[in-house]
Amino acid sequence: MSAACFHCGLPVDAPGRWRAQVAGAVREFCCAGCEAVATAIAAGGLERYYETRTAPAPAPQPCAPAAAYDEPQALAQFAAPAGEGLLEATLILERVRCAACLWLVEQTLARTPGVRRASVNYATHRATVAWDPRATRPSAIIAAVRAIGYDAAPWDPQRQTLVERDERRAALWRLFVAGFGAMQTMMYAFPAYIDEGAGTLAPEAENLMRWAAFALTLPVLIFSCGPFFAGAAREIRRLRPGMDTPIAIGIAAGFSASAWATFTGAGAVYFDSIAMLVFLLLAARYLELAVRQRAARALDRLARWVPESALRLRDPTDPGSVERVAAHALVAGDRVLVPAGERVPADGTVEAGSSTVDESLLTGEPAPIAKSAGARVAAGTLNLEQPIVVRAERAGSGTRAAAIARLAERAAAEKPRLVALADRIAHATTWAVLATAAFAWWHSADPWIAIAVLVATCPCALALGAPLALSAAAGRLMQAGVALKRASALETLAATTDVVLDKTGTLTRGRFSLRGLRTFGTADEAACLALARALEAGATHPLARAFDGPGPRAPLSGLENHPGRGIAARGDAGRVRIGTAAFCAELAGAPAPEAAPPDRAATPVWLADERGWLAVFWLEDALRADAAQTVRALAQSGLRLHLVSGDRAEAVGALASRLEIARFVGGATPEEKIAYVERLQREGRIVAMVGDGLNDAPVLARAHAAIAIGSGADAAQARADFVLLAERTEARLAAAAECFAVARRAMRIVRQNFAWASAYNLVALPLAAGGFVGPWEAALGMAASSFIVVLNAARAAGGAATGDGPWKASSSSFLCRSRSYC
Amino acid sequence: MESLIVLVPLSVALVLLTGWIFWRALAGGQFDDLERPGTDVLSDDR
Repeated sequence: MSAACFHCGLPVDAPGRWRAQVAGAVREFCCAGCEAVATAIAAGGLERYYETRTAPAPAPQPCAPAAAYDEPQALAQFAAPAGEGLLEATLILERVRCAACLWLVEQTLARTPGVRRASVNYATHRATVAWDPRATRPSAIIAAVRAIGYDAAPWDPQRQTLVERDERRAALWRLFVAGFGAMQTMMYAFPAYIDEGAGTLAPEAENLMRWAAFALTLPVLIFSCGPFFAGAAREIRRLRPGMDTPIAIGIAAGFSASAWATFTGAGAVYFDSIAMLVFLLLAARYLELAVRQRAARALDRLARWVPESALRLRDPTDPGSVERVAAHALVAGDRVLVPAGERVPADGTVEAGSSTVDESLLTGEPAPIAKSAGARVAAGTLNLEQPIVVRAERAGSGTRAAAIARLAERAAAEKPRLVALADRIAHATTWAVLATAAFAWWHSADPWIAIAVLVATCPCALALGAPLALSAAAGRLMQAGVALKRASALETLAATTDVVLDKTGTLTRGRFSLRGLRTFGTADEAACLALARALEAGATHPLARAFDGPGPRAPLSGLENHPGRGIAARGDAGRVRIGTAAFCAELAGAPAPEAAPPDRAATPVWLADERGWLAVFWLEDALRADAAQTVRALAQSGLRLHLVSGDRAEAVGALASRLEIARFVGGATPEEKIAYVERLQREGRIVAMVGDGLNDAPVLARAHAAIAIGSGADAAQARADFVLLAERTEARLAAAAECFAVARRAMRIVRQNFAWASAYNLVALPLAAGGFVGPWEAALGMAASSFIVVLNAARAAGGAATGDGPWKASSSSFLCRSRSYC
Repeated sequence: MESLIVLVPLSVALVLLTGWIFWRALAGGQFDDLERPGTDVLSDDR
């Protein structure tokens, strides 16, 4: 058993290789990155971090360069002047794990040269930084945060922090007024309940208490009840009474009758019931708001502001004359230079250079496609190997990527909605209560009986039942790394019968790995692998990344990259080549030998030297570590699975048979994917879609419920109800199975709550109508029924490992196990 | 019983005062970040 890294807690594979003096002792680290970060923290005198942290630090990761944030037009977007010539911006902090992390980041920001003010909000994980533009640049500030192993990105100021803050403050204020009002009104009601006609309470004293209760319920009505009255007004305007209508009627009727009784000194007062009702309902709504805002904040990390710019050639014949302009400002005919590793800014034709392009975002096809002069490239695709010059034809909203985004808009507008269970029940309740109250009034000729009916049967427990359970479930999902954007989506997900899965980027990582190899010459497998690793060492091609792993590398010199074909170099035994069969055949001097792939989905990569063929490597888009587990879990819970992908049909078929998914479609365009989902929906199935990437966005929008993988394109996340964000990418997909489990559990609890609340109302209704319910019985009944509902709802936040069938336990144990993969 | 004539209005006034204090705290941003104060005691050298 090896020791754990002092910084990130992962096992140390090479003891003694990375060690440094930190926090008063020599510590072992798992990698050079952790060592550098810990040394930087110690050098800044911030070792206190290691004493106060409650979670191990994130292992450092390479980040894209931040220089783009220094461009004047980028600065103008996210930074605002803050007086004294300073600029101020909000940064979203990433990979923060505990409060000590936030302290560390704040200290580091404050000590960065040129930074005048820095403060970190611990609840929102955002930093506000004011800096002197003459002394530093945003990229230097971001680099300082990255040096200690975290990441920061400017936050789009268009997103409304202030609106969110004011919403939270207003909700807290309503809750506080109702809570304090309810507490104190109960004090005034208590003597009357104790006395209960015994005559020990003087009539003047009772009258005084009534006036005091009136004085304190009035602010509750004025400050706290706004949401209910506004909701009821909306429901009545649309002639669709929901949950707010009976609540508003109960509050209004109870308060007016009690006020009347106070002024005239005759009849009963229900002030305490009303204030308590309002407080309980507002508490549920506040919890709902808190969970929703937390999910929104988690999603903000993905919506960080990235400048979309292009390198335009001022002089089409001179590749040196580049200027950076906004991507949407390009016009047809502009020549743009696309460096390796950057996205193509516009649809167009390659004019010079040749490279390979990753189009998986648009087509779902993970294998890169060779492009040379004359080939068409689409905006949003990634140039992998060599710089190319593209003549723009369509930019901005005219591009194919924009067309897919518009398709998603349209699909979202047509999204089928299931009518929420709570609304259906409230609908029936409202009419039953109003009818009973009217009947009781007519029958007994006593308006007080009608008031008792309205107050006692006000659907408090009914209104609490759903939002509390759904909020608790959303909180549970947050812990599992899932941001829930629409609480009602849980109801849809629980009712789902069919799940449509995407392939590239969803079940697979969108990254190739070695599936098998076969040697032909004298060299053994280890020698061939060593050659391949050395040849592909500097390549950015996705196929090359399959050889990234550790292992010996053969000594080589004179590496030459031939885009779209392969790599050539000179080794101990003369020239060697790796790449396509044709490219290697030129060197080997013979046609490629016959070799059967281990799998129809595998892509061959050949290796040859001057003397002949050496080996063929079979590469495959690697399955996510948790894909098989997740698919099995979903199938076992009775869902029908479909695999629909834009990738080649044979690759999709191979994957489907490996994961035992019976229904699959390959080579599907975004339109065909939508058609597939619509066909299922016409058959009466309730369809959930799990996807990632721009090409999935329209389908996500069309499905009843949508789950997006957090690493995917923004458009996909914007259309999803659930976004999987688990920090460990190896456990992201497993969280999808967790979504279904939590949704079913939450809906079971919601139904229990509804059953209980309805039963209470069914008992209370005839009793109140018969005149057996006075103010204190109404208050007691309401409190008791609400409490039972609240306690039951709390179970929805319970752990995943307890009593929910075998597959749920297996998915959570899988979450734990997958930690070791990182 | 006579004491009630003073005490009941007094309690109403107290509740209103509490509400006003809470309103000030809320508008002053004291409830915007509820997680930070709990950890601030651990970093006394700021």
